[in-house]
Amino acid sequence: MYAQMVQSEATQDDPEKLAAFQARIDAGEKIEPKDWMPEGYRKTLIRQIGQHAHSEIVGQLPEGNWITRAPTLERKAILLAKVQDEAGHGLYLYCAAETMGVSRDELTEMLLDGRMKYSSIFNYPTLNWADIGAVGWLVDGAAIMNQVPLQRTSFGPYSRAMIRICKEESFHARQGFDAIRKMAEGTPAQKKMAQDAVNRLWFPALMMFGPSDKDSVHSAQSMAWKIKINTNDELRQKFVDQTVPQIEFLGLDLPDPTIKWNEERGHYDYSDPDWSEFFEVIKGNGPCNVDRLAARNKAWDDGAWVRDGLLAHAKKKAARQHAAE
Amino acid sequence: MKNEWPLWEIFIRGQHGMSHRHVGSLHAPDAEMAIKNARDVYTRRNEGVSIWVVEANHIAASSPSDKGPLYEPSESKVYRHPTFFDIPEEVGAM
Ligand SMILES: [Fe+2]
Ligand SMILES: [Fe+2]
Repeated sequence: MYAQMVQSEATQDDPEKLAAFQARIDAGEKIEPKDWMPEGYRKTLIRQIGQHAHSEIVGQLPEGNWITRAPTLERKAILLAKVQDEAGHGLYLYCAAETMGVSRDELTEMLLDGRMKYSSIFNYPTLNWADIGAVGWLVDGAAIMNQVPLQRTSFGPYSRAMIRICKEESFHARQGFDAIRKMAEGTPAQKKMAQDAVNRLWFPALMMFGPSDKDSVHSAQSMAWKIKINTNDELRQKFVDQTVPQIEFLGLDLPDPTIKWNEERGHYDYSDPDWSEFFEVIKGNGPCNVDRLAARNKAWDDGAWVRDGLLAHAKKKAARQHAAE
Repeated sequence: MKNEWPLWEIFIRGQHGMSHRHVGSLHAPDAEMAIKNARDVYTRRNEGVSIWVVEANHIAASSPSDKGPLYEPSESKVYRHPTFFDIPEEVGAM
């Protein structure tokens, strides 16, 4: 998802404390920052929440790309608000991670030098306006699938961040659907663009849920700790089941010819994405990995004088106030 | 990256007549900027009518291990609750 393939850290804590901790989680209690927690829980969550936060921030790039070229002033205002929300989501999540004893700047540094990842989806380009609609509808739609259950995660600050985020996400999905619907119902050329966007983004969206359960080795511990609630395949299926009728509503062709309702399972059958492509993207070889990291590094470096200047000003002001007292 | 802006805890009054409630935290160089940032981060959809910001390192918090000594004494004082007392029905509302 926004946090893909987060490796669970092994834990070498006192078995008695571990058992008491697990009992609290099983009883549905929230773990708060000052409570005792296994080292593995803390490390895994820092990685997971950090990766989630980075995804929100890097995710602004493919959409920000179209703000100045939105087709109308209204679409521009909407997209601007949506992208601003994503910045907020990143901030909520960095705050949640910080309660575990890592600083936001440390996390940023790890993103910028490649030690931490962000979701594979944001390494795909947004080539035209139809892609912006498809991203809001499909990408945020896929994110919602994962974020809704995470509202019940065991770590209090993470759960609260998720609740805030979920409140804002349906605006994101709806504005995307509305934008692509306009095109699907538009001229033949516009409809063709909408189809092309869905075709290109379908499999990358499915990849967001991470590898298939049979290849997903990190789930058991995270699920016991309730920092992962559903398996990758469960969520992917849910997304497919929800989205296929929407594609049909738009009068577009299904982006995967193997999609078929399976009466017996009560779900749509579908094809897995090309997992070798997914692993290449994760390794840094997707179409936009280099651009995305370069853009984040540039923003960080170009902003340094502002951060330093404001801090120097604040210190000077505080000293002056102190002297006057 | 040693020049990190301090962390501020943010409290928002959601509606007139309600208390301020903790909503999260953010980084800012000073209180004035913390309020401006809080407005952008936490009240984009009319979630507030008033904002308090407190630098995080000025907050003193009870420790989870003090839970017993702090809260157990009140558990045995059931008479602090009105339901402890049997009031005959004839007495009416009280
Ligand atoms: Fe988001
Ligand atoms: Fe979103």
